[in-house]
Amino acid sequence: MTMFEKIRTYPLTWIVVVALVLAFALTMASPYFLTSGNINNLLKQVSIVAILAAGQSMVIITGGIDLSVGSVLALSAVTIGWLIQADVHPLIATFCGLAMGTLCGFINGFIITRGRIAPFIVTLGMLGIARGMALVITGGVSYQILEPLFLTIGNSKFLGLPIPIYFVIVTYFVIHIVMHYRVFGQHIYAIGGEERVARLQGIKVDREKLKVYTISGFLAALAAVVMVGRLAATPPSVAQGIELQAIAAVIIGGISFTGGRGLVLTALVGALIMAMITNGLNILGISSFWQQVLIGVVIIAAVWLDNLKSAARQ
Amino acid sequence: MNQPVPLVEMRNISKHFGGLQALTDACLDLYPGEVVGVLGHNGAGKSTLMKILAGAQTASSGEILINGDVADIQDPNDARAYGIETIYQELALCGNLDAPSNLFMGRELHKWGFLRKREMRREAAEALSKLNIRIKSLETDVEMMSGGQRQSISISRAVHFDAKIIIMDEPTAALGMEESKKVVDLIQDLKEHGIGILWISHDIHDVYNFTDRIVIFHGGKNVMTARTKDFTQDEIVSMIISGTPVKKEAAV
Repeated sequence: MTMFEKIRTYPLTWIVVVALVLAFALTMASPYFLTSGNINNLLKQVSIVAILAAGQSMVIITGGIDLSVGSVLALSAVTIGWLIQADVHPLIATFCGLAMGTLCGFINGFIITRGRIAPFIVTLGMLGIARGMALVITGGVSYQILEPLFLTIGNSKFLGLPIPIYFVIVTYFVIHIVMHYRVFGQHIYAIGGEERVARLQGIKVDREKLKVYTISGFLAALAAVVMVGRLAATPPSVAQGIELQAIAAVIIGGISFTGGRGLVLTALVGALIMAMITNGLNILGISSFWQQVLIGVVIIAAVWLDNLKSAARQ
Repeated sequence: MNQPVPLVEMRNISKHFGGLQALTDACLDLYPGEVVGVLGHNGAGKSTLMKILAGAQTASSGEILINGDVADIQDPNDARAYGIETIYQELALCGNLDAPSNLFMGRELHKWGFLRKREMRREAAEALSKLNIRIKSLETDVEMMSGGQRQSISISRAVHFDAKIIIMDEPTAALGMEESKKVVDLIQDLKEHGIGILWISHDIHDVYNFTDRIVIFHGGKNVMTARTKDFTQDEIVSMIISGTPVKKEAAV
């Protein structure tokens, strides 16, 4: 394969081109788009969906789906808020919040693999359970969080970039390594490609899937930490429907919904494209109603393109 | 006479799925360098018996001896540890992965969990060239390859991991004539290396030409175990269909 061929077929190439074209168009349309204030804003907006999309990508590459991430995020956030208002040290509260999300993910994976129930159904159940628990714990009340730890995460910059961006960078760096340089990642692609074959070849399919859903839960909790920082509060109704944005980011990135194919990094670009659409239309003063229409169109177009690609492959 | 120890001896294997009796006291043996055809209708129990040997299912009762010792096969990894490899008609490869990934699936070379990609690539290239298998590029996903190429990858995987016993489930069913011939040539190669092969097939012509012995099943029970050439093709077909052994006047 020539170098050009390699670049041309690398899954990241085209989606990055699309993102750049979009960024260029928005820059042309409004001088405000490329200001550092707006870019910072955009990056902050994208961070939470991007972190969720990383976990979602892994799940979708196994051929599954995790609908519960928004609710798990809320439950983790509420856990942190509830502990902090009970005067627990913020680091311990954060740890407990992360543990809560991880536990939810573990439960998802456990039920999916042991109960042989479709991931869609199990995580739909968890979507209700985690949200409900968040409301039960708080009685529907939002706690204000004025801890310096969270204010720093939400409002400070490091080397000119908002702190949440570093969460995103580390997340994608680690997940990319896991997916492409670890045996575990190789197994995830095999499972998504043909689960039966993976099993016959001795891959411990259930154990690997359990790990994937657990990681997705952990990343939902990590997104919760960023969310608490940004809101300086823990409303139990936070992040409703965000799972669909994460899934949309994954799809726009070009990761195959049937599993086994795609690059996790593309989900990050997918999330950026969605955020740019929202942000760009805001700048241009176009109604937020139209944003939903446009994002819907983009999702369908992305999958259509993907189908054309695989049709060309056959 | 000094009888060699069979590679595999399956004794009185029974298997039931709930109330359904799939196998009743099924027996089978296989010697080094031998191809044994495993024959029977769909539902005759041959596939179940092979799955039990491959560790994809476990027997309700009975025992398996490998090289004369009782073997405990609970899952595919156990079977592999005894040198048993299975080559399925279509299912054995992940189409979304390249040849080296498929070759090493479930047995990836790694250091502290980090893949040793370069080494796997090199070994895959070696394994394929040892069997004279030509593939355009090792980076191509196997779903882009022909059926014969895919089957060759499966076979080279078995050989690379030092299989002593290879189960072939309809190895040529999905292949064209030319490709079938290549697979059959490969099998001759394997025989010469002392590997025992269990060949499940519906193609009576192939079975007749390439197997040394046949084992016929019907309704989960043994019908006949014999040298292939002791019967005519028609007689074999009739035993598969009727489930009753053909009487031979002139025993050989």
